[in-house]
Amino acid sequence: MAKKVKNAKKVGLEGSFAIAEAAKLANVDVVAAYPITPQTHIVERLAEMVADGELNAAYIPVESEHSAMSACLGASATGARTLTATAGQGLELMHEVLYVASSMRLPIVLTVADRALSAPLSVWGDHSDAMAVRDTGWIQVFAENGQEVHDLVLWAFRVGEDPDVLFPVMVHLDGFNLSHVTEPVLLAEQADVDKFLPPFKYPLPLHPDKPVTMGAFGPPAIYTEAKKAQEVAFENTKGTILKGWKEFEKIFGRSYNPVETYKADDAEILLLTMGSLGETASMAIDSMREAGKNVGLVKLRLWRPFPFEEFRKIAGKAKVLIVLDRCISFGGPVGPVFSEVKSALYAEKKRPKVVSFIGGLGGRDVTPENFEYIITRGIEIAEKGSETEYEMIGVRE
Amino acid sequence: MADLTWKELELGGIISSPGNASAYRTGDWRSDRPTKDYEKCIKCGMCWLYCPEAAIKIREDGMYDFDLFYCKGCGICAAECPKKCITMVEEEE
Repeated sequence: MAKKVKNAKKVGLEGSFAIAEAAKLANVDVVAAYPITPQTHIVERLAEMVADGELNAAYIPVESEHSAMSACLGASATGARTLTATAGQGLELMHEVLYVASSMRLPIVLTVADRALSAPLSVWGDHSDAMAVRDTGWIQVFAENGQEVHDLVLWAFRVGEDPDVLFPVMVHLDGFNLSHVTEPVLLAEQADVDKFLPPFKYPLPLHPDKPVTMGAFGPPAIYTEAKKAQEVAFENTKGTILKGWKEFEKIFGRSYNPVETYKADDAEILLLTMGSLGETASMAIDSMREAGKNVGLVKLRLWRPFPFEEFRKIAGKAKVLIVLDRCISFGGPVGPVFSEVKSALYAEKKRPKVVSFIGGLGGRDVTPENFEYIITRGIEIAEKGSETEYEMIGVRE
Repeated sequence: MADLTWKELELGGIISSPGNASAYRTGDWRSDRPTKDYEKCIKCGMCWLYCPEAAIKIREDGMYDFDLFYCKGCGICAAECPKKCITMVEEEE
C-alpha cells in the first residue's frame, strides 16, 4: 500500500493506541470520554498521555457517553479540536447528541470500536452499533487495519474541520479485531501532520466577545429550511473528502478511496464487505482466483455520505454482487448494507443480481472458508433463486 | 425568520444576534384571549405576578394591561384575579 515511506517509524501498536498516537500528533485540545469495551484502551492511553504531560489537552472524565458527547459539543463549539471514542451500547447512549453535533456543524472526531448490541450482552464485534447511527448526519468511514485506523483519524480532523465541511466524523474500527490486535503501524511524522492538518478555526465560535446562540429551537416555519441546508452541505462534503485523501497520499504515500477494490476490475462476481473482514475475504478471493473463478472484492470505505457514483461504476459492471452484513434490520430488509446497495443500483440499466448474507455477529469469526462458501452459494442463489431473502452464515440449525 | 430560505440560514442554525427571542410572537399560540373589566380592577397586580410569560404590562397610570404579542392565553390571570375582572374569550380569527 505504501508508495513512498519517508522516515516513518514502524512500531507494533494496537489499533486503539494507533488512534491515541494520531490524536496526539493532531494535538487534540479536548477529550471527553467514558470507558466501554472494546474502546477503553483508546481513551485510557489518551488519559495517560495527558497525565504524563505528553499531550497538552483537557481530558474530561464524564459519567456516561451521553455526557461525553455533550461535553464534546461544548468544547467543539468554542473552536477546540475535540475527540471521543465509544462502542456498542455507549454509541446508543450518545445517539440523540450525535444528531445535535452534526446539525450544529461541529467537527468532533469519534472513533467507534464497533460492537454488537445487547441482549444477550455482547462486548464483541459487529456492525449493529454503526448501522443504528447511519442517519445521524456524520461523515462515516470504515478502517480495515491498524494503519488505516491511524491514518483515518488524522484525515478525519483534516476533513471535518475544513471550512467547506464542518461536520463531525466517525471512524469505525472493528471491536477487538482492530482495537485490540497489535499490528505494525507506520506512525506519521509530526512535521508531516503539521503540513497536512492546519489549525482548527471555527467560523462562529462561542466567545464572550461576540456572543452567538447555538442550538436554538426551530419552529415549523424554519425547521424544513434548516434540514435542507444541512443535507445540501453534507452532500457537498464529498469534494473535500476526496481532496483530503489526495493530500494525505501526497504527504504520507498511502492512498484511500471511497470504495476500495481487490481484484475487482474484470470480476463478474463481486463480494462486498466493510471493515476488517476485507482482509480475510481477500484470502478467499485469492484461492478462488487460483481455482479459475472470476471473483473480486469490493470494500466500502466511505459509508456516509454514500459514494453512489464510485459504487455504481464498480458494482454496475458485475453480474452478481454478494453482500455480507454484520447487522440485522429486524423485520426489514434484514441486511442494512444489502438494502442500501440494492437501492443504489435500482435505477441502473445494467446492474448485478444482489444476494444477501448475514454473518460475523457478536464477534463470531468469518473465516476464508466461510467466504468461499458465501461466494459459491451466492452465485447459486443468483442463478437459481432462493426461498429466503438472506442466509445466515454459520448459524446452527 | 419565517421568510428566510435555506440558503440564508447561518451555519448550523447559529443565531448571530443573540437575545432575539423577544422578536418571536408567542401570541399566535393563543386560542383564548384575556379581556378585562377595567371598572372592577383594583390594580392589585396579582395577574402581573402570576403571568408565567411576563405578558402583563404596568401602564404609567398603574393599571395592568395584556401584551397580546406574547400572551399565550393560558388563563392563569383570570383564575387568580381576586376580583374576577378578567374573562377569557375565544379567539375567532
